[in-house]
Amino acid sequence: MLTIKDLFVKVEDKEILKGVNLQVNRGEVHAIMGPNGSGKSTLANVIAGKDGYEVTGGEVIYEGKDLLDMSPEERAREGVFLAFQYPVEIPGVSNASFLKTALNEIRKHKGLEELDALNFLKYMREKMKLIGVDEAMINRSINQGFSGGEKKRNEIFQLQILQPKLAVLDETDSGLDIDALKIVSAGVNLFRNKDNAVVVVTHYQRLLNYIVPDFVHVLVDGKIVKSGGKSLALELEEKGYEWITDNESAEVNA
Amino acid sequence: MSTEVSNVEELAIKDYKYGFKTEIEMDTVPKGLSEDTIRAISGKKNEPEWMLEWRLKAFRHWLTMKNEPKWANIKYPNIDFQDIIYYAAPKQKPALSSLDEVDPELLKTFEKLGISLQEQKRLTGVAVDAVFDSVSVTTTFKKELSKLGIIFGSMSDAIKEHPELVKKYLGSVVPYTDNFYAALNSAVFSDGSFCYIPKGVRCPMELSTYFRINTSGTGQFERTLLIADEGGYVSYLEGCTAPMRDENQLHAAVVELIALDNATIKYSTVQNWYPGDSEGKGGIYNFVTKRGACRGVNSKITWTQVETGSAITWKYPSCILQGDNSIGEFYSVAVTNNRQQADTGTKMIHLGKNTRSTIVSKGISAGMGNNSYRGLVRVHKRADNARNFTQCDSLLLGDKCGAHTFPYIEVSNPTAKVEHEATTSKIGEDQLFYLRQRGISMEDAINMIVNGYCKDVFRELPMEFAVEAQKLLSISLEGSVG
Repeated sequence: MLTIKDLFVKVEDKEILKGVNLQVNRGEVHAIMGPNGSGKSTLANVIAGKDGYEVTGGEVIYEGKDLLDMSPEERAREGVFLAFQYPVEIPGVSNASFLKTALNEIRKHKGLEELDALNFLKYMREKMKLIGVDEAMINRSINQGFSGGEKKRNEIFQLQILQPKLAVLDETDSGLDIDALKIVSAGVNLFRNKDNAVVVVTHYQRLLNYIVPDFVHVLVDGKIVKSGGKSLALELEEKGYEWITDNESAEVNA
Repeated sequence: MSTEVSNVEELAIKDYKYGFKTEIEMDTVPKGLSEDTIRAISGKKNEPEWMLEWRLKAFRHWLTMKNEPKWANIKYPNIDFQDIIYYAAPKQKPALSSLDEVDPELLKTFEKLGISLQEQKRLTGVAVDAVFDSVSVTTTFKKELSKLGIIFGSMSDAIKEHPELVKKYLGSVVPYTDNFYAALNSAVFSDGSFCYIPKGVRCPMELSTYFRINTSGTGQFERTLLIADEGGYVSYLEGCTAPMRDENQLHAAVVELIALDNATIKYSTVQNWYPGDSEGKGGIYNFVTKRGACRGVNSKITWTQVETGSAITWKYPSCILQGDNSIGEFYSVAVTNNRQQADTGTKMIHLGKNTRSTIVSKGISAGMGNNSYRGLVRVHKRADNARNFTQCDSLLLGDKCGAHTFPYIEVSNPTAKVEHEATTSKIGEDQLFYLRQRGISMEDAINMIVNGYCKDVFRELPMEFAVEAQKLLSISLEGSVG
């Protein structure tokens, strides 16, 4: 579904990603772990198409198409979803009307009929129950006055509404207490199926207890230095990132 | 982002939808302004002597004023007041008794504008007074309203049919000595709407005036007077459009509102005069004096305006809070795109005790537009426990536009409580990205954010006009992103 080949990315003349390779297939969950500043969020933002990132080398192929050639909205309509690390507030725009517009844009793109207000409401209510989102949250302005936990829950709620093919979760666990973490993780697990894929970007292993990955990749200084199964995350937790970086430099020195 | 800016700027601004003109035979007075012009206007309208005298007094005063006011934050060449046609009216039979007698071309014009004057076809709940260039063409639902004692129609008719009301209230809120344009308007005003709500009557429908400037080189100087007697209620809406023309046209209106004891007036404007082209050629100069007097106790006046048109807007709908416990409100959205300039805001003059005022101003600047908020809150020394809350926000789209805020606060009573909040922000890159990441296009994302930003104002508009205002905003901002 997603193939990243030798990706180099600069932000304001500083090289952040230095040759990332990643293959994500349908039905898989990948975790990208790494210390602060290793380029995890950059990778997530480049996949979603955020401005301010200059791709200086490599390619990103999504469902056979050149992802880097598409605008953010085209990527979204093609099924790429980013759960934001810091969801922004948009005053005066209700969550419900925003989601209806977004869903209908995606449906239009797929050649499906747009949902009218009534059918959308029905559909949304089901998802609300699933994620534990209440009526008040739906009618409020997007993320305005939401607690950190509510914002993250709102992201997963949107994930459920929009049903993308590829979901990239950027530090979805940050700022969540254990109860919120469980709810959010349950939402992601409900989303998982054999036809979609999830890329979880996280600093801590904690989230991976709830969203169990098929693959774990360790990103250090703009490169994936180690890949493995679920056990790699546990090993990292135990030994810290120094274990990898020390090993790395040892290997380089050797 | 810089490449994106230029791409977006290359997107042509959508054509001004109302830019057509109507070919219709007009009766005009020659260009220029003198006592003769005023006599001619008054004569064409068969006005009583007292009205002519009032106009002449205003004109003589105007002559002493010499210069246009220059304090506003707007730039334009001096206006040649002798180069304007001060009166233009569709040629018609002296008196129209029914719609059938209205020139079909005119009816078509208003149909094109989405304003049907055929009562049976019109959406229920709105009575319309249609003003074409200088005169009121027709007023709908007049009979139904008169059953309740409501007088709604053209100013010209009111002068003849209700001289006692006109004499009592005309110029009582905006005297002809008030300012340069008010003096000019008082001298040459051609028509406008007049409305009187009798004691204890709640007007059952929205009243609306639709203004259209058509003839080239004309100025439109309408005069509107609204009186809500004790316990009366009225909600009133005006809309305005004009054909696209290369030269600038002058629009200098005066609107006076009077609310007596326990009366409420809601006055909403959706102003969409031709703004000129993207180079700043043409467009309406909109120099308007609007003021309401809350004369009675517990009276209330609410101004809501959505200003998207005009090359220049110079306009400060204000409230004089004379009656104890009276309330003044001002809700405004002003958009300047391309080379439009707006200097707009309000004055809240607190004279009575326990008077309250609210100001919510949302300025949006795009293209090379320049948007200024200018507001005055004055609390008189006798106005115990006066309250004001002002929220003044500016939103910038792109990096070639300007937003300015000129708030004046004058408080002479220690019990007053005056709050002023102001923000200036650029439309957030992060907000745009967030919406686009969910599949919403750039243009739609901007509209969504801007509409959200204006929500506090739009919700003050009557329902069907709120929808209209949102659409208008989208059109005004099309292709304006940076």
